[in-house]
Amino acid sequence: MDSVSVFTDFQFSDLGFLAEAAGRTLLISVLAISIGTVLGCVFGWVLSATRLAGDATLGVILDIFRSVPLIIQLILFYNFFPIIGFNVSPFVAGTIVLIFYTSALVAAVARGGIDAVSINLRRASRSLGMTYWQDLRYVVWPVGLRAVLPSWAGVALGVLKDSALVSVLGYVELLRASQILITRTQEPFLILTVVGAFYFALSFPISRITARLERRWQYD
Amino acid sequence: MDYTFHWRPVFRKLPDLLEAGLVTMEVAVLAMLVGVVLGLALAIIRMSGLKSITWFAVGWIELARNTPALLQLFFFGFGLGAFGIHLSPFLIVLFGLSFNNAGYLAETFRGGFNAVPPTQVKAARSLGMTPTQAYTRIVIPQVMRVVYHPMTNQMVWSVLMSSLAMLVGYRELAGETQFLASKTYRIFEFFLVTAVIYYVMVKLILAGSRLLSWRLFRY
Repeated sequence: MDSVSVFTDFQFSDLGFLAEAAGRTLLISVLAISIGTVLGCVFGWVLSATRLAGDATLGVILDIFRSVPLIIQLILFYNFFPIIGFNVSPFVAGTIVLIFYTSALVAAVARGGIDAVSINLRRASRSLGMTYWQDLRYVVWPVGLRAVLPSWAGVALGVLKDSALVSVLGYVELLRASQILITRTQEPFLILTVVGAFYFALSFPISRITARLERRWQYD
Repeated sequence: MDYTFHWRPVFRKLPDLLEAGLVTMEVAVLAMLVGVVLGLALAIIRMSGLKSITWFAVGWIELARNTPALLQLFFFGFGLGAFGIHLSPFLIVLFGLSFNNAGYLAETFRGGFNAVPPTQVKAARSLGMTPTQAYTRIVIPQVMRVVYHPMTNQMVWSVLMSSLAMLVGYRELAGETQFLASKTYRIFEFFLVTAVIYYVMVKLILAGSRLLSWRLFRY
């Protein structure tokens, strides 16, 4: 073929491009998971402490994040900011939505963790002279954590994978990078396989580690 | 704030959106049914302990659970094109969602079967039940109880995940919304109404599941 081709094959340097994009996936996921977990724990504690009143207010709001597809949430928020007069980058909009999405999922987990600690245990700690916060920190946290760590890991893994949806806003993370490369190289199978391997490499270790932790904590 | 909301174009297209909502339910339920069958098969293969085919089930399950659903969808959409297989948008979505559902459900079913102690089957057999009776009367009812709630969740996920179809050109609820939104430039309004429709659909599924569980697990 003598004509000039606009497509070039997949090259070794493209792996660097993908690795950089994987770094962005990791960045946005770590931000969302860390901040979202802290927020979610607070929400979970509020839900557990306020019962019905919390369920009727905060619970309903958090429930919306879990009942509407993330992709719709992202598009809504991204288009909402210009309406109120802000222009935000896809990264900021995506991170904010992911944080709230994570916090909504973690809130349910955290609430389950707090409720998993028997009320008698908490009364016992209080009657030993612990303050409310000491009870929360030294009794509820360690006991509840063991009960819900696997669920939390499930949420974290889910967010890592769901961060791929931020690509619809135009943020060049792993999945978006794959689309760019596919357009250039016209080798969708190869590139999707490589990107799949990247995602797998990010998420598989987490699921293994938590599976091991879960097993170890069961026996001691 | 110098943005004026225009809701009329959205309400004029509301019948289209609701119809697209039915398409979403259709594809989500179909993907769930296929996912249940495949997931059950994968769980049985994985529990069978036959080395020659276990790797296949384990590979499927781990791939489905450790890569984004969107990537899986792209794989069926664009990846298979490399082998000259070009699926229609509907099939891309159906295969992608079924692949994902099957991976998650396989683990759910495995957990369900593991929750029933094998001694119960022995006990049932020694009481004179046939193997079929032992399974249909002792094992399956207990497994159903364990997997019912996770299955409901998976159904909800199936509906939520089906929104990814808009990125492979299938016109279910999200795809239809994007189509209409780009025609009228009322992006926010359209997607807000769609968000409400998704919310209602999810709540209906959860309510239906609760009703069904009262009926199923009365004793």
